[in-house]
Amino acid sequence: MGWGGVTGVWGVVRPQAVRLVAAGVAGAAAELCGLGLVAAAAWLIARAAQRPELAALSLAIVAVRGFALAKGTLRYAERLAGHDAALRVMAELRGRVFDALAAGPAGRRRVRDGDALTRMVSDVDAVQDLLLRCVLPGVAAVVCGAAGVVVCGLVAASGAGVLAVGLVVAGVVVPWAAAVAGGRAAVRAAAGREALAVRSLDVLEGAADLAVFGAADRFAARAGDAAARLEAAERSAARVSAWAAASGFAVQGVTVAAVTWAGLRAGVDEVGAAVLALTSLVAVESVLPMAEAARRLREVVPAVRRVGAVLAAPPEVVPAGPVRVPAGPLGVELRGVRVAFGGAVALDGLDLRVEAGRRVAVVGASGAGKSTLLAAVSGDVPVVAGTVELGGRPLSRCAPDDVRAAVRGLAQDAHVFAGTVRANLLLARPGADMARLRAAAQRARFLEVVEALPDGWDTVVGAGGRGLSGGQRQRLLLARALLADPPVLVLDEPTEALDPAVADALTRDLLSEPRGGTVLLVTHRLAALDAADEVVLLDRGRVVQRGRHEDLLTVPGAYRDLWDAEQLTTTV
Amino acid sequence: MKAVERRLLRLVPRRVVVGLGVLAVGQGVLLVVQAELLVRAVAGLDAGPLPWLAGVVAGRAVLAWAVALVAGHAAARVKRGLREALLRCPAGETGAGGVAGSRVTLLTRGLDGVDPFFTGYVPQLLAACVVPVVVLARLAWADWASGLVVAVTVPLVPVFGALVGLRTAVLTGRQWGLLERLGGHFRDVLAGLSTLRAFGRVAHQSGVVRELADGHRRASVRALRVAFLSSLVVELVCALSVALVAVPVGLRLLDGSLALSVGLLVLVLTPEVFLPLRALGQRFHASAEGVVAAGEAFAALDAPLPVARDGRVIAEVGAPSLELRGVTVRYPGSREVALDGVSLRVDAGERVAVTGPSGAGKSTLLLVLAGLVVPESGQVLVDGVDLADLDLAAWRARLGWVPQRPHLFAGSVADNIRLGDPDADDGRVVEAARAAAAAEFVEALPDGYSTVLGEGGAGLSAGQRQRLAVARAWLSGGPVVLWDEPTARLDLRSERVLVDAAERLLAGRTAVLVAHRPALVAVADRVVRLDGGRVVAADQAAPKDATGAEVAA
Repeated sequence: MGWGGVTGVWGVVRPQAVRLVAAGVAGAAAELCGLGLVAAAAWLIARAAQRPELAALSLAIVAVRGFALAKGTLRYAERLAGHDAALRVMAELRGRVFDALAAGPAGRRRVRDGDALTRMVSDVDAVQDLLLRCVLPGVAAVVCGAAGVVVCGLVAASGAGVLAVGLVVAGVVVPWAAAVAGGRAAVRAAAGREALAVRSLDVLEGAADLAVFGAADRFAARAGDAAARLEAAERSAARVSAWAAASGFAVQGVTVAAVTWAGLRAGVDEVGAAVLALTSLVAVESVLPMAEAARRLREVVPAVRRVGAVLAAPPEVVPAGPVRVPAGPLGVELRGVRVAFGGAVALDGLDLRVEAGRRVAVVGASGAGKSTLLAAVSGDVPVVAGTVELGGRPLSRCAPDDVRAAVRGLAQDAHVFAGTVRANLLLARPGADMARLRAAAQRARFLEVVEALPDGWDTVVGAGGRGLSGGQRQRLLLARALLADPPVLVLDEPTEALDPAVADALTRDLLSEPRGGTVLLVTHRLAALDAADEVVLLDRGRVVQRGRHEDLLTVPGAYRDLWDAEQLTTTV
Repeated sequence: MKAVERRLLRLVPRRVVVGLGVLAVGQGVLLVVQAELLVRAVAGLDAGPLPWLAGVVAGRAVLAWAVALVAGHAAARVKRGLREALLRCPAGETGAGGVAGSRVTLLTRGLDGVDPFFTGYVPQLLAACVVPVVVLARLAWADWASGLVVAVTVPLVPVFGALVGLRTAVLTGRQWGLLERLGGHFRDVLAGLSTLRAFGRVAHQSGVVRELADGHRRASVRALRVAFLSSLVVELVCALSVALVAVPVGLRLLDGSLALSVGLLVLVLTPEVFLPLRALGQRFHASAEGVVAAGEAFAALDAPLPVARDGRVIAEVGAPSLELRGVTVRYPGSREVALDGVSLRVDAGERVAVTGPSGAGKSTLLLVLAGLVVPESGQVLVDGVDLADLDLAAWRARLGWVPQRPHLFAGSVADNIRLGDPDADDGRVVEAARAAAAAEFVEALPDGYSTVLGEGGAGLSAGQRQRLAVARAWLSGGPVVLWDEPTARLDLRSERVLVDAAERLLAGRTAVLVAHRPALVAVADRVVRLDGGRVVAADQAAPKDATGAEVAA
């Protein structure tokens, strides 16, 4: 296993190294107390059989009790200190991962999609697993193993040698072999799981299609086959773990027998033999968890490497000697703009000029490039060819922060954070007073929602908070965008999830508000677009029609088609 | 929770339980024999028993191997049974993608969480029932006084474990909300990263992330301080019990009332009585996640199955007439009716377009006609025969089905097209693709008709997916077409070619088209308007203007 990507993570772990080592030592000390408990008790019994004075035993009696108490307490201290240190690492690591993702160029930040997000979060959590379940048991195993060898060495040197061999086999060879074999089995099981996921998605999500086409039994049988193959893979994984468990046992027993035998050959007395046997028993016991640690390690290392790669990624390139975005209302101009995601072209040589202060509605089919147009104007997607200008300045030469201050609003991936309604709005303008908040909420039709909430502005929403309906959420996001009040306001489907009458009234308001700057509004409803200064119709990444709503309706064409389609689904 | 565990336990075949029980007895016996041999070697300073000892150790290894194997195979078998059962029960309403997605997660990773229950908890449960009894019996036989001490202290382990566990559950329960909130913050800000960037709040949040993560650490450590107490208490009880046995044994050895071999045996065996009980608690906690997943699986399996109706009448061939008489549909768990006494007649060979706002019941109408949704009241007649009396499979074989979101299956494009007729040859597949105007984009795919589609047809646009669905319907060749046009707007070219394909598909067939565009309405003979589950306008002639003149209501 290479450690290339792990160095970035090590940088975060290093400041907590002392705490981690302290926890590891506490863990080892707990194991040693276990060893001490057994060894002292064995010595006590064996020595007592030789009938010495009681005074000769009193120390051992105290030691047995002391070790017993200390073992539990040290174990407790280890677990607490280990978690504390690991969580300290996590706090810093989360901060650094956040910084790295935030500083990255536009494309890389798209961790919005649920699976990628979940993986990122669990990758970061894997570092905690690495520390608690691999590193700490490793430290304890090494310390205990060494201590066991030393104790045996004091009794009989040959016994110590045998124990060392046993420890290496039980703590290194068996875990390594089990991890390799288990890894192979795990790969097979993962492939089986993947196949089952695909097949069962077919059966469950395609249930209606399968029923109608009479293919339900055929596909159910395919999914059943996948389940059977997964079972076979899991059975072979079970065989590997059975071998690993058995080997651990066998090595432990053989080591104890061999150490005792070596001691007897070296002529130790009863006390020595008892100490040898019990010490080696406990010492091997303490390295057995390495099998589980090695298995974990194999799982965790790829995740830790991915985190390392995130930390090591280069930050966004800021143009040298950036030009300033002018203050006041700004015009927007796109010339021959091409944007592609992978192989798919989203904007295909798009030309569009919007004068400062104009209110423009953008419409078109799904996938026509409407959201990409807004993202290109906000500098949120890399432009392959052509130029975007803001107030006559090329976007590529402006500082990204300047652009974001000038062009903002409501994006498709806008997020409601876990927190109060007030905090969610204030994100857009941290110093805003109540009057401004209320004004923005009023315009977004959000004020009525806030007033109906149990705690008003202090109601906690978002993850773990009160669930907002789709419409309420949309109004909150719109109120936030309006509170920002930037020179260029970009709104992507601001009335989505609202009922059509409210949506139309709101769209009309947004387009006819007397104050404020330039507005680019993406929508799929046309009813209120007579309020726009201009309507732009996109198709396959190009502008196919533009003009005032009334004028576009008079000519047969794509816009009138859209209009007719809307009439079909309008409640009369 | 208790009920879920009992039900999981019942899933383990009896012979596995018996087998694990026998193995546990074997473990206990070998444990005792091993201790005796070890003691004889040590106390007698005799290397003679050591080969025997090695043999016993090998026996224990074999038993451990057998336990892991039996338990592992039982886990794989139970999971397969649960998986197959879950595959057989529907994931919920059609098109509810989220439900199917979370069901798939439950089927795969979710159920894997059950492993620790079967491979860890179940064998340990049997070991905890058997091994302490066997070992304690030997212990009491060797030295009844020590046996008594152990017998008295052993029950303290579960009692203390349960007491402390209850107390910590209360305390950590109180902190759970706080922990969840602080722990979820990182995910929350990552999800909202672009929003934070847009509003210039990244620098501020960078500090907040660390602050809250540190708050999470402090709260966690506070909670763990209490949570770890339970294992500390159990460990102390065990350690003190061992000491309680060892010290008197030592003193009795001193006055000569106990032989060394007996003393050693007691000392070696005592911890073994406690060990299975301690481990049981740990195994139990480790299996908690899987028990939750199993609970979800049982809930899904217990959900009532939708009523299936199936008659035996096989209708005639040829384009039939369709009639709905006062059909009312209510989805389970919903108080609103989706269709409210809808009556509608479609003559043989007639094409009817259904329009109306979203939620009017248009798609439900098609589901009723396909027999996928059973009406609460009313009748569906096919050539005058009640759908309830028809052989459902034979009726469906006559349907050309073009749903709004056709599911594309993991497999090649060709296999997706021949879904309804798996034996169709390549020539017919190509013919169907041509008729559906799908041939052009399919041939442009890297492997043409053999291209394997990604999960759920990833990489294809809505228009392309719809065209594949049309090809499917064309190939199955039934005399009835049920077509649900997607609400998502297609690009202009896709829309044009789809309408052309519709003309070809509908020729000579009875058709019900849920239309969202004038272009598809223009293909129909008649328009029916639905609103709120009722027919509001029934007998309008469809406008024949291809550009789609306004439909007056």
